Amino acid sequence: MIKFNQVYKRYPGGHEALKNLSFEIAEGEMVYLTGHSGAGKSTLLKLIAAIERPTSGSAIVKGQNIKSLKGSALPYLRRNLGLIFQDHKLLFDRSAFENVMLPLQICGFDHRESAKRVRAALDKVGLLKREKSNPIALSGGEQQRLCIARAIVNRPSVLLADEPTGNLDTEYSGEIMNIFKSFHQVGVTLLISTHDESILRQFPARALALKAGELVI
Amino acid sequence: MKSAILQHLRVIRFTFQRLLHTPGASLLNLIVIGIALSLPVGGYVMLKNIQGISEQMAGTPQISVFLALDTSQDEISRFRKQLKEHAAIDHIEFAPRDLALKQLQLSTGLADVIGGLTQNPLPDAFIIYPVAMDVQKLELLRDDLKSWPKFEHVQLDSSWAYKLEALLKFARLAVLILAAMLSFALIAITFNTIRLQILTQREEIEVSKLIGATNGFIRRPFLYFGLAQGLLGGAAAWLIIAISLQLLNYSLANLTHLYATSFTLSHLSLSDSISLLGFSAYLGWLGAWLSVSQHLWQIEPR
Ligand SMILES: Nc1ncnc2c1ncn2[C@@H]1O[C@H](COP(=O)(O)OP(=O)(O)OP(=O)(O)O)[C@@H](O)[C@H]1O
Ligand SMILES: [Mg+2]
Repeated sequence: MIKFNQVYKRYPGGHEALKNLSFEIAEGEMVYLTGHSGAGKSTLLKLIAAIERPTSGSAIVKGQNIKSLKGSALPYLRRNLGLIFQDHKLLFDRSAFENVMLPLQICGFDHRESAKRVRAALDKVGLLKREKSNPIALSGGEQQRLCIARAIVNRPSVLLADEPTGNLDTEYSGEIMNIFKSFHQVGVTLLISTHDESILRQFPARALALKAGELVI
Repeated sequence: MKSAILQHLRVIRFTFQRLLHTPGASLLNLIVIGIALSLPVGGYVMLKNIQGISEQMAGTPQISVFLALDTSQDEISRFRKQLKEHAAIDHIEFAPRDLALKQLQLSTGLADVIGGLTQNPLPDAFIIYPVAMDVQKLELLRDDLKSWPKFEHVQLDSSWAYKLEALLKFARLAVLILAAMLSFALIAITFNTIRLQILTQREEIEVSKLIGATNGFIRRPFLYFGLAQGLLGGAAAWLIIAISLQLLNYSLANLTHLYATSFTLSHLSLSDSISLLGFSAYLGWLGAWLSVSQHLWQIEPR
């Protein structure tokens, strides 16, 4: 599903964020990505979603080589990935409902069918009652969950979550992890970045540990 | 297929919502575009009208030849024969001086004055209908006739119409240049409007790209917006001209009443109106397309 081979990522300016990464994630697997701040977790997730491109090495996602992926093929790769961003990237000029609707509009879904799916996704993250609210009126944890709803509404086969439980108390973290677990159970491939040790203990799974851009396990 | 059409309809609805979202700015833009377009189009309308009037008044071209008063009847019949055989002349009419005087007496009410004359001051005249219609050949014929003996005065009637035509040619060129410049202005206005829209929707564009929007999907609302703005701007120009013509016709009615004629200025024909709307819509679309191609690639999510 995801296969990295000797991947390096150097940002313009010369900082080497990832060094010699090689690993593989199988279909349906749930994997953690751990490491301190600045270790390169977000960079790695951005490479998988082709938001950044590797400087060298090969990164294969769903059979596509990210390094040589054509701009015209990029949207279709991303539609198969559910992205949960560290900074949420919600749009504050529209309601929660419309935020979750956006991926379906982009794919050209029938309006009535999409409305059903949006409500199902909002229900799953416990935000159905807040569908008309502007995201700015939601708490940090609620915004996080809204971002998850937007990532899952399209029923992607891969979910990439960048610190989905960052800044949340343990009760909320547990809730969110339970949502992810239910996706794992229906065969979705999951890659979750976190620096929260308690989650790893509570919901054990394989972990890729990064240290200053290098894989340590 | 059905869902593709529905999606387009949704984008169109969305476009109009966007236009209505900032009604003040949208209206101002439309007025600016409308005025800009109404200048060359209004010029075109006026030219068309003037041309119509001049054609109506000029009729078929003719050359009047007034003979010297001492021309004898023999000479007249010789001229008549020669003129009839002339290759450039279609047919002729002869207006004898006695008849001309009688007509003058009858038609002008100057009977007393004319009755008091001791001799007829009017000359015999030929009215010549040439074969050719274009101004050069007519002038050539006129110059030829001028060189004939006893042809005292040769006059190309409706020559003013030809001078006007030359003037109109020049005016048409001026309107064309104006149209080209203001078309460019319309493209520039749309370019800038779309640039501002892209800037204010930067985040939406970024997020859309992140979750799998194609460039076409992102571009489409902007292109429709440019198209709609151009189309409505064209409609505004049409309205501005319609109102102006209404006002002009109103005062023209007073004027022509005095001269016992009646002209009204007419608006663009249906096909010209459709061309105007199509062209302005195309220019709006073009401005939006240029703007989108220029600015959209600069927004790449990070
Ligand atoms: N666009 C960029 N340009 C230059 N350097 C960058 C850029 N993005 C990240 N970096 C650098 O790359 C390194 C890894 O960054 P990254 O965001 O991947 O870390 P992270 O593990 O996600 O950290 P955190 O837990 O704080 O989110 C950091 O040193 C960062 O300064
Ligand atoms: Mg990060």
